[in-house]
Amino acid sequence: MPGPIQSIERAAAVLRLLASGARRMGVAELARALELPKPTVHGILRTLQLVGFVEQSPDTGKYQLGAALFHIGSSYLDGNELRTRALNWSDSLASRSMESVRIGTLHENQVLVVHHVFRPDNSRQVLEVGALLPSHASALGKVLLADDPVGLGLADDEPLKAYTAATITGLDRLSDALEQVRQRGWASDVEELVEGEVSLAAPIRDRRAVTVGAVGISGPVERLCDEKKQPRAELVSYVREAARSISRELGAIPW
Amino acid sequence: MTTYSARSFVAAIDQGTTSSRCIVFDHGGAIVSVSQKEHRQIFPRPGWVEHDAEEIWANVLDVVHGALQKASLTVHDLAAVGITNQRETTLVWDKATGKPVHNAIVWQDTRTDQLVKELGEQNRFREKCGLPLATYFSGPKVRWLLDHVDGLRRRAEAGEVLFGTMDTWLIWKLTGRHVTDVTNASRTMLMNLETLDWDDELVDAIGVPRAMLPEIRSSAEVYGTATGTLEGVPVASALGDQQAALFGQTCYAPGEGKCTYGTGSFLLVNTGDKPVVSENGLLTTVGYKIGDQPAAYALEGAIAVTGALVQWFRDKMGLISSAAEIETLARTVEDNGGAYFVPAFSGLFAPHWRSDARGVIAGLTGYIDKGHIARAVLEATAWQTREVVDAMNADSGVELVALKVDGGMTANNLLMGFLSDVLDVPVVRPIVAETTCLGAAYAAGLAVGYWSDTESLRENWHKAAEWLPTMDAKTRDKGYRKWKKAVERTVGWIDEDDNDE
Repeated sequence: MPGPIQSIERAAAVLRLLASGARRMGVAELARALELPKPTVHGILRTLQLVGFVEQSPDTGKYQLGAALFHIGSSYLDGNELRTRALNWSDSLASRSMESVRIGTLHENQVLVVHHVFRPDNSRQVLEVGALLPSHASALGKVLLADDPVGLGLADDEPLKAYTAATITGLDRLSDALEQVRQRGWASDVEELVEGEVSLAAPIRDRRAVTVGAVGISGPVERLCDEKKQPRAELVSYVREAARSISRELGAIPW
Repeated sequence: MTTYSARSFVAAIDQGTTSSRCIVFDHGGAIVSVSQKEHRQIFPRPGWVEHDAEEIWANVLDVVHGALQKASLTVHDLAAVGITNQRETTLVWDKATGKPVHNAIVWQDTRTDQLVKELGEQNRFREKCGLPLATYFSGPKVRWLLDHVDGLRRRAEAGEVLFGTMDTWLIWKLTGRHVTDVTNASRTMLMNLETLDWDDELVDAIGVPRAMLPEIRSSAEVYGTATGTLEGVPVASALGDQQAALFGQTCYAPGEGKCTYGTGSFLLVNTGDKPVVSENGLLTTVGYKIGDQPAAYALEGAIAVTGALVQWFRDKMGLISSAAEIETLARTVEDNGGAYFVPAFSGLFAPHWRSDARGVIAGLTGYIDKGHIARAVLEATAWQTREVVDAMNADSGVELVALKVDGGMTANNLLMGFLSDVLDVPVVRPIVAETTCLGAAYAAGLAVGYWSDTESLRENWHKAAEWLPTMDAKTRDKGYRKWKKAVERTVGWIDEDDNDE
């Protein structure tokens, strides 16, 4: 077995150094800190820049961690940050739809609920922030899976669990469903997690058009679907408008 | 795309300390669009803070335009516009040209420190205006301008210049009328709380010519019709920001109150149609007045440093890159590890009022890490609220049964849960966290009949989240005891010679 690859070790050291400080660093600074020749460090930075792991400031020429690095990290957008930025729009969605709202992010193949707005009827409800939902059986999860670069990473896991008769358990069917989500820009779960319950969701994107979360509503099938068990178009439009507003808040191009 | 019928929305302009915002609401009180723009903070000297009123006016027009554009609306879609504003910030402008004679002096500005001392004992005017003599309030700020801007007093006496808080400035720019509302007037130290009019004794004692004072009107009535960007839209409400939040939280009955969590935090409780003079360091103020109806008064407890401590932690300690991340950091540990943070950065305010206090972090041991400090930072907001709630309960003789909260920090679940624990009451967030703008919109909508009465506004109030206490009494009492001990350690830090430069 070969030994460690020196250039990868050095690249990792550069990344670690950039990640440790809250500020940008220049080539000379990095070279000094790592006790490496400047041309070597420059070469490493050029390569890292090429793959998007570092970015160079056009003004100062200094380097910082790049966007691509965050995408492959798990805590790319802090869930608490997402909640803060989404607060107004998730409230509006609850007011307009008269249903409860949840915002989720992907967490080890499940959906982590980072924000929950009560159904606005003043009934007794319990805050569900921190709860985990199965991603293949919830609208939030389908939105997140559809745009996840790792895709159906859960394929390696045990078979998809059936929660109701309607839960999608076959990988092929799920793959088709996710393709549909990608095409129409929203997802639904019609009694796939709980009998009689429906959820609708749409993607929240950041300024690089990367999906960083999903926002959606859930409620009884009688309210969320029409007679043909199709999600009501008006509710779908509310969900999508909320997702767009939050995305705009995160700096996504208005569309 | 949804289609809307004519005049189906109400806009609110929130002219705040750091930015101006415009939010458009629908009939259900839901946000349709938001636009916001920051303005410059001008610091001519240590302790001085000014705003450029012309810049603020330009920003207000920008955000109104922006909010309409984002929702594809025009002025014809607006039934009314309401105004809420940073309180006490003071401006004087030329009646003929409309040009400010000086930058606006912001509420935090302490240049009137000496003047306020000269005006006498702290509670000299408290009976009449509900306020202690302090640098925040507008009256002394106008007086400073009259004393320091060349020829201003003569021009003021001749009626050539006008005084106003930011509500007055905006209404004057929008409609040409020189008016203020009772809530803003109640922060000048010049208004009599009983008569709701300028008080001769106060006006004379502070030394402000009556000719420059705006007419005091109710908080919800049509002051005039806007020209320009908002052409034809009735300008129909004005409320100081904290009072607007009280109104937006639909605290219309005596005993109902709210706490708004921002840079500082403000707990206001409606005390009904009679002003209550505090014996526990709270302020007496006007809550709101709807048209010809009697005014509703309020008790106010102000906490100077809450969100500001999180900002300090972010900017000065550099352990987090956004305020929201403090929750992530705080959740890396189970509790505060015994650390308490009292942010008496410029002394202790309600209910202690000790200007010789300075901040401390107490209970430090080698065990404490950054997560514990993050906890202590958040808990400081909750314990300070507890102190003000205790004062409020003592003054009003009624125990708080639930706390309605709003403002940016309500997005912090850890803090809200802890707040419920230390108060031992449910903490409730309404579905519109932007209650300041909502209150201004509600008042404007009421004035033009867009909403029929306060009862219909109550129907719009819905619980968006609720945190219930889970802490046992023993833990809570111990925590409060430790907090109080930490507070004791802040007082008396400042010595006589600390102010010698």
